[in-house]
Amino acid sequence: MFRNKSGEFSWVDFTIDVLRVLIVLAVVVGAWNTLSSGRISLAQWVNLLAAGLSQGSIYALIALGYTLVYGILLMINFAHGEVFMAGAFSAFFLAEALNRTGFLNEQPLLSILLMFMFAGLISMTVAVLVERIAYRPLRGSPRLVPLITAIGASFFLQYAFRGLYGSNFKAYPQVRALQGAVQIGDISIPVAQIFVFCSALVLMFGLHWLVERTRIGKAMRAVSENKEVARLMGIDIDWVILFTFGVGGFLAGAAGVINGLFRPQGVNFYMGFIPGIKAFTAAVLGGIGNIPGAMLGGLFLGVIEAIGPNLVLAGLGIPGANQLKDVIAFTMLVLVLIFRPQGILGERLSETKA
Amino acid sequence: MTKVSLIILILALMLGIAAPAGADMACEDPLGCVEVPPGDPVAVGAMLVVSGAVNYLGEDTLGGVELALLDREYTLLNHEIELVLEDSLCTAEGGQTAAQRLAADPTIVGAIGTNCSSAAQGAIPIISESGLLMIAPSNTSPSLTNADIVGGGSHLPGYFRTSQNGLIEGMRTAEFAKHVLKAETLATIHDGDPYTAGLSQAVANTFAELAGGVIFQGAVNKGDTDMSSILTELAVHQPDVIYVPLFEPEANFFAAQMAYIAGLEDTIIIGGAASFSSGFPENTGEAAIGIYVSGPLVSGDAYDRLLAQWLDEYGSDPPSGYHAHAYDATNLLLNAVEAVALVDEDGSLLIGRQAMRDAIAATQDYPGLTGRLTCREDSPFAGDCSPGTALAMFQITAAEVYDDHWPPPVVWNFATDSFEDAGPARA
Repeated sequence: MFRNKSGEFSWVDFTIDVLRVLIVLAVVVGAWNTLSSGRISLAQWVNLLAAGLSQGSIYALIALGYTLVYGILLMINFAHGEVFMAGAFSAFFLAEALNRTGFLNEQPLLSILLMFMFAGLISMTVAVLVERIAYRPLRGSPRLVPLITAIGASFFLQYAFRGLYGSNFKAYPQVRALQGAVQIGDISIPVAQIFVFCSALVLMFGLHWLVERTRIGKAMRAVSENKEVARLMGIDIDWVILFTFGVGGFLAGAAGVINGLFRPQGVNFYMGFIPGIKAFTAAVLGGIGNIPGAMLGGLFLGVIEAIGPNLVLAGLGIPGANQLKDVIAFTMLVLVLIFRPQGILGERLSETKA
Repeated sequence: MTKVSLIILILALMLGIAAPAGADMACEDPLGCVEVPPGDPVAVGAMLVVSGAVNYLGEDTLGGVELALLDREYTLLNHEIELVLEDSLCTAEGGQTAAQRLAADPTIVGAIGTNCSSAAQGAIPIISESGLLMIAPSNTSPSLTNADIVGGGSHLPGYFRTSQNGLIEGMRTAEFAKHVLKAETLATIHDGDPYTAGLSQAVANTFAELAGGVIFQGAVNKGDTDMSSILTELAVHQPDVIYVPLFEPEANFFAAQMAYIAGLEDTIIIGGAASFSSGFPENTGEAAIGIYVSGPLVSGDAYDRLLAQWLDEYGSDPPSGYHAHAYDATNLLLNAVEAVALVDEDGSLLIGRQAMRDAIAATQDYPGLTGRLTCREDSPFAGDCSPGTALAMFQITAAEVYDDHWPPPVVWNFATDSFEDAGPARA
């Protein structure tokens, strides 16, 4: 115990182990105190869980874009949050137009599908353009170069959309079909949250089918495994990479619409930054490069954010617990990475891939 | 005339031509002077929110400033007035940057701004240090006029405001909750901003003094979109009233998501002036109906004329309620220039910086649009010029949500309504 590979006592290992114990202890004590106090009813816990799953579904859809790109290029596309914003912001105008004509509430399903397609196409176009203009010329450069470029692309997109659509906050119109709640005994779950979770699941299964069951999916997996061998097998690497960016972009655009329908307020040019960071965290949490890992990581992060402050921090008597929900989310990330550095579903990468 | 005398005469003439304007008038002001040569404009600074979520505040107050300048045909002491606008955003960093840019310009006589209290916190040290002065039209954080720096205050010489102190707004809001809404328990939510935190505390303090129960004081983060966690915590406490002086979009998220939380059906929301904009009900939707919002209320013939002038000039109603405060702030500044400027025969001006501060601090009973303004020097009201009477409680109705109507109807005018006459709960 507390010894490194050569068998000597290691302060670093000791500190990490103490940290592990302390964090686990804090989580257990906090949760025990809260649950035993009975402050929060079962119905309220279920509501928090449902809100967390809905938020987590949005994180998961964005996280898929990060993980797809990482899986194939081993780069973090920090502009992906802005790809999400591009779809959400653009679809707002379509939603407004549909609402003005009354079509949105007369044909809600068709309207939502139209919005998905529109936002998906916008985000897909933005993602593909970013790949083609900003990343492809840098392929083969040291890994820090595209990383910095991605940050630059992120700022460029934010301010380009601010120039296009202005800096005021906007709100999606409310869809009547998504109002109200489903009542199960004492538990009441908003229809919007059920819609978010179900549509995210459909999109996630769609992606799973695409990657596992189609020719292009097989090509994506091949490129992800070994680009040179894939090229020798006749796969057009550039096309597959472009397609991967496009798929990630489409999912981000769809996530933007889901987000707008779920939480209509707060649509502006900066709206992609925080969800982007959270989704990246979710991708790392689940195991970056791993598609089911990104889905799980997103859901896990959403639930932890919703439940954590009331379950753990309030139980420890920490004031302003709700202001610290990011702390608890990132502490969980640290905890997972301490116990399982490759993430929840990630695999240990070989030296060449890591 | 000898050759030497001739050279001396030529040199003297050259020096005379090259001498700066106003050289006849010596600057004796301890903070230095602004020199305005003949033909040059008098530069007035403005640090307002030009971009970002609350840019409606900047638009609103900039209109007030421009109309005040227009009243004087952009002329002061036979000089043109030039408005130098800097974007102070709604952050301390934004205020700091805007103040630095104005402080670096030696021609600025003073500044109107900032809009947000957080921006003021960044701007005040720079403005004060540089000898400039600022008159804020919409800052309300109590800390900004509190000179007890060690105790959390941030007032420094050179800071004035025409908006009401949050202590007064907080006190009135708590009284409204207790006496009019008949609330017994209160919860407050802020976002860490000095404006929201200061107001929340002021409301909580007064509510407790009125024998009400302050059962929860919480906070959210700027940028939070999911309010389910804090709302669940509130549902556990079930307060009669939640005071939420948040900005958009957090205020929108809070109000909209509250509709889904069981246990808060009968709870009343009171928002602060940060939610006093036409965008709040529009973006929040149906959930905004019934929410109380405190905000500025200005009335009178002079104000009606200003509104008519606004409509002529901009073609729509003002987007918020601080344009009259900005109008008053601009007039205080320009009056101070007129009062202290030394005017040379050639028309050049010499404006002492300390003299400017002293002139504004000496304002007594000035008949502004927002009431009779008297600038105070006693902390925690140092630099407060507002009488604090232009304040009311509004209640959002369906007309503001669906029909672009603004402002909402007044349910309580703090200047004229008496709490002693408050009947049963109006909620």
